[in-house]
Amino acid sequence: MSLSTRTRARDSGRTSGPGHRAARTRGHRHSRSPQWTAWAFLTPVIAYLLIFYAYPLYRNVELSLRDYTVRSFVQGDAPFAGFGNYAKVFADATFAPALWHTIVFTLVSLAFQFTIGLALAVFFARNFRLSATLRALFLVPWLLPLIVSASTWSWMLNSDSGVVNAVLGWIGIGPVNWLTSPEWSLWSVIIANIWIGIPFNLVLLYSGLQAIPPAVYEAAALDGASGPQRFWRVTFPLLRPVSAITILLGLVYTLKVFDIIWIMTKGGPSGASTTFATWSYRLGFGNLVPSFGPGAAVGNLLIVMALAFGLLYIRIQRRQALT
Amino acid sequence: MRHVKTGIGLVLTALMLFPVYWMVNVSLTRDTDMRKSPPNFFPADPTLEGYRAVLDEQVPYLGVSLVVGLGTVALTLVVAAPAAYSLAKLRPRGGGLLSFVLLIAQMIPGIIMAMGFYAIFLAAGVLNTVPGLIVADSTLAVPFAVLILTTFMSGIPDELLHAARVDGAGAVRAFVSIVLPVSRNSLITVSLFAFLWAWSDFIFASTLDQGGDHQPITLGIYAYIGNNNQEWNAIMATAVVASIPATLLLIVAQRYVAAGVTAGAVKD
Repeated sequence: MSLSTRTRARDSGRTSGPGHRAARTRGHRHSRSPQWTAWAFLTPVIAYLLIFYAYPLYRNVELSLRDYTVRSFVQGDAPFAGFGNYAKVFADATFAPALWHTIVFTLVSLAFQFTIGLALAVFFARNFRLSATLRALFLVPWLLPLIVSASTWSWMLNSDSGVVNAVLGWIGIGPVNWLTSPEWSLWSVIIANIWIGIPFNLVLLYSGLQAIPPAVYEAAALDGASGPQRFWRVTFPLLRPVSAITILLGLVYTLKVFDIIWIMTKGGPSGASTTFATWSYRLGFGNLVPSFGPGAAVGNLLIVMALAFGLLYIRIQRRQALT
Repeated sequence: MRHVKTGIGLVLTALMLFPVYWMVNVSLTRDTDMRKSPPNFFPADPTLEGYRAVLDEQVPYLGVSLVVGLGTVALTLVVAAPAAYSLAKLRPRGGGLLSFVLLIAQMIPGIIMAMGFYAIFLAAGVLNTVPGLIVADSTLAVPFAVLILTTFMSGIPDELLHAARVDGAGAVRAFVSIVLPVSRNSLITVSLFAFLWAWSDFIFASTLDQGGDHQPITLGIYAYIGNNNQEWNAIMATAVVASIPATLLLIVAQRYVAAGVTAGAVKD
């Protein structure tokens, strides 16, 4: 199902609202207030959101504002520390590198995922024999458990016995210590993450391409536009709304990537692939003595970044829905 | 020309799926060939040692993952289906705000939820338990489930519900005897995704079930990588087995998978 058809079905459902509502009230005169019923059906999800979303988030904020030790964590009588944990985090020697790695990881991943995803979407835009099947197979990396992808890439990138170094060896490039050297570990996890993210970009951009009316291309062909001209003058501008959505959602999802990095490198060696997500995990769970306060503080910085882009995404999407 | 495109498509797909092939190839490689350089590109002398190790050591982990996955599906459906019905058909005031909250909820990084859950679970005594893990894993699926079920249920013709009302059915009966059966396909889709995400979860398992007696397969693989990094055929064999639900999902619900990938892009 494409995004656009879904949107259309949605919008038509909404515009026909008042008529249906009138019809419903007529046939429904004897029952209780519709609003009462509507909210009764929403009760489970609201209770769920309060207990299993709002409360953990509140606990997380609270963790970041108190000075926890293992003992006070269990007993729950940690002294209030204000923004002490945040000050500690900002002053930490890990802060600047982790911020930089988070930015590099996110931007480089996105740039490649988007470019490759777009190229594939254009390639698949016109049907050919087997195209639907092959397109479905391209979803596999997105569906696999992250631990499966991460451990497979770990072995492929193994310095001595990995297939990647074997292939590089054929073209005369010496063995690269992908996961064990500080220069390469960040790039290793980026490569694996690009692979995992391509399907997401492909699917979104493909559905965007399907929404461009063929008549536009016919007109461009009549005007004698060449292949590249058609792409840069027609496809690319018309795809801009979908591209914006794809990139912003990608930003939100890439910022929070944890599994891949932790499983492949644990953020190392010596912090060379540590991002905010893995740093937060290491503070909270990675050491023998947990430091939940600073860990929660790093997590909350991450959530602020993710939500900033998330709100931007929703804003852009809403605006598109109106036009 | 069309055949040329098919050919290029096959090559691109093969390149993209090379890591998957490699996982299967390594899972069938003998211990003695594991450190060969260059590695065997085809399983020339395949062995099932790796899969025997899975049977010997990983079955309990697979069982836990199965239970956690099914529990997550049940919890997700119970919470999400009525909510989606309400948002799609009963037009509650403030429904837009709720959808907005659900959209935001999808964007919260897992590590933040994990830390909050850890504090709560420790106090409540459900750390390292299967029910605790089910609850945490369900947070991966509930917002998605509500949003996508709402989209599907919006497509149910109002006339159908109206007819039920005329016959005297209340909202609950309309939900149980009309909305749920009609939405069977979308409920199955949501269930498959909820199962897959719970099955694949690593961050909640590694934080909330680290010391548990019943651990899921993701922790089984993780422990494997840490403990015996010599037996990569066993690790990759476990990875192959752990990929079965994803493969089934792609075969059974191929046309819904794309909708699942774009879940975050669902409107409202």
